[in-house]
Amino acid sequence: MENYLVAMAVFAGFYALMALGLNVIFGLAGMVNLGLVGFFAIGAYASALLTVKLHWPMLAGWGAALVLSAACGAVVAVVTARLKGDYLAIVTLGFAEVIRLIASNEMWLTGGTTGISAIPGPWRGIASPSEFNLIYAAVVWSLVCVVGLLLGRLSASPFGRVLRAIREDDMVAAVAGKPVLAFKVQAFAVGAGVLGLAGALYGHYNAYIAPDGFEPLITIYVVLALTVGGTGSMRGAILGAVLVVFLTEGTRFLSGALAVLSPVQIAAVREGLIGGALILVLYVSPQGILAETTRIQSLETT
Amino acid sequence: MIGEIPQLLINGLLAGALLAVPAIGFTAIYAVLRFPNFAVASHATFGAYAGYVANVWFGLPAWVALIAAFVVAGVAGVVTDEAVLRRLRPAGPLTVAIASVALTIVLENVVRFAFGNDLRGYDLPVLRDWRGYGLRVGPQQVYNAMAAAAAMAALFLFLAFTRTGKMMRAVADNPTLASLKGIDAVTVARLANFAGMGLAGFGGMLIGLDTSIDPLTGFRVMLSVFAAAVVGGLGSIPGAVVGAFVVGVGEELSLIVLDPSYRTAVGFVAILVVLSLRPRGLLGEREY
Repeated sequence: MENYLVAMAVFAGFYALMALGLNVIFGLAGMVNLGLVGFFAIGAYASALLTVKLHWPMLAGWGAALVLSAACGAVVAVVTARLKGDYLAIVTLGFAEVIRLIASNEMWLTGGTTGISAIPGPWRGIASPSEFNLIYAAVVWSLVCVVGLLLGRLSASPFGRVLRAIREDDMVAAVAGKPVLAFKVQAFAVGAGVLGLAGALYGHYNAYIAPDGFEPLITIYVVLALTVGGTGSMRGAILGAVLVVFLTEGTRFLSGALAVLSPVQIAAVREGLIGGALILVLYVSPQGILAETTRIQSLETT
Repeated sequence: MIGEIPQLLINGLLAGALLAVPAIGFTAIYAVLRFPNFAVASHATFGAYAGYVANVWFGLPAWVALIAAFVVAGVAGVVTDEAVLRRLRPAGPLTVAIASVALTIVLENVVRFAFGNDLRGYDLPVLRDWRGYGLRVGPQQVYNAMAAAAAMAALFLFLAFTRTGKMMRAVADNPTLASLKGIDAVTVARLANFAGMGLAGFGGMLIGLDTSIDPLTGFRVMLSVFAAAVVGGLGSIPGAVVGAFVVGVGEELSLIVLDPSYRTAVGFVAILVVLSLRPRGLLGEREY
């Protein structure tokens, strides 16, 4: 049970990082990204391949994952620069599917659907499995804190203010002399980099990655996390991620209560509940628990 | 490889005709309600399973089952919109779009709960392929394309000649002016959902008739459907038809140079190319 709780904490850390990444792209800059699992996958594969095939040290692999997915994010941002929200939603959704297609089909690189196994983890094998879990939880959550603090600073800086201005009205930001495209590309790159780092961490924890692990449902989890916590707020992103992991893992305990159903039906109930939860949150609290407060909003409410 | 081009063109046109039906549904909902309703994926699956129940459990012929697919998916579209999406519309198109993704996941799992993950096939007569001039066509594929054409023709007649059809076009064209003329936006929204999701269900079953169905049937073709609508111009019904043929033929012709597993990536590339060169799409009237 203890091990299970620690593993849950580790996964909550992955989701927290992803929610932070999405928060820069969507929360601050207002660019919808329904393909975030694609960047997560890029990071996971980059670090796994570099450490397994080229025997890079793990930290170098993590760094490379961050840089590569940030670069991919920048490219996506440049290509989609002129697209409005609806189109961006479609394109990013497609992007993640294409990444999954490549992962499933380029056998020579990614191992296809068999995936990549024996990815190294810090002190795996030296420490006992439960110690490894604890070490990893510490590593992941330290990174969550560091990234959260850095992004919080970023959000409060003039850079963050410009991003929020672009989110509210990019025309106004452009008229104010801000290079909108450059800001969008930078925001997308930063967010995608964090998503890639989360992917790398996931791969090294799991020791095994395969295209199945990067299904669109993960995107929904992260969007849910950010929406629950409060879009635009870094603390909200982290809180939301923790809540979502508790929700998804909590539904696991339904399995006992639903023992009359087949495993497929139980899985269907669990996935359906997640979708339902997102809809419910959009109804009840579209601003999230730790809603971002801006001066405009406080003016509107008075 | 060059010798295969005529065969690939035929396959592409037949596939494009099937793709056109859900693409019209998607684009019609966009035209009236102004948001991309990703739930077309699950409604296509809904239709495919409704048709399966009618065809296999009740032993009805395929064309009757297609009508069942249309009606069930259309009703589901109205019900889910009323229950879930409608009240979120004031929060803006992006919120509704995200909610529609969540809705897709819920509905897909309703189907999975009821039917499981197994592949299911329709009860169809086994027909010999038609051959000639070195080409090969399955009669079922031709019947499917004909059914798709019939559905499209019915929609065009409805939009062009009936009062309700004209109301829908008026709202799509200019919601403010339409409301000034006393056209009830809520009724039109319901109609658009019924027709749009009905077509998604019809198309989902047509695509299933070609192969087999499972809870991911709709999701798997979603990218191609979006591509068709975007390439043609979101909100334009003739555009969706043209876009569907472009994507259908493009996917088949890609087989000359690409591995078949990359077929669905063609739609994505088509979206990127069109949006970079002509953001409004081939037949779109305006940029969104």
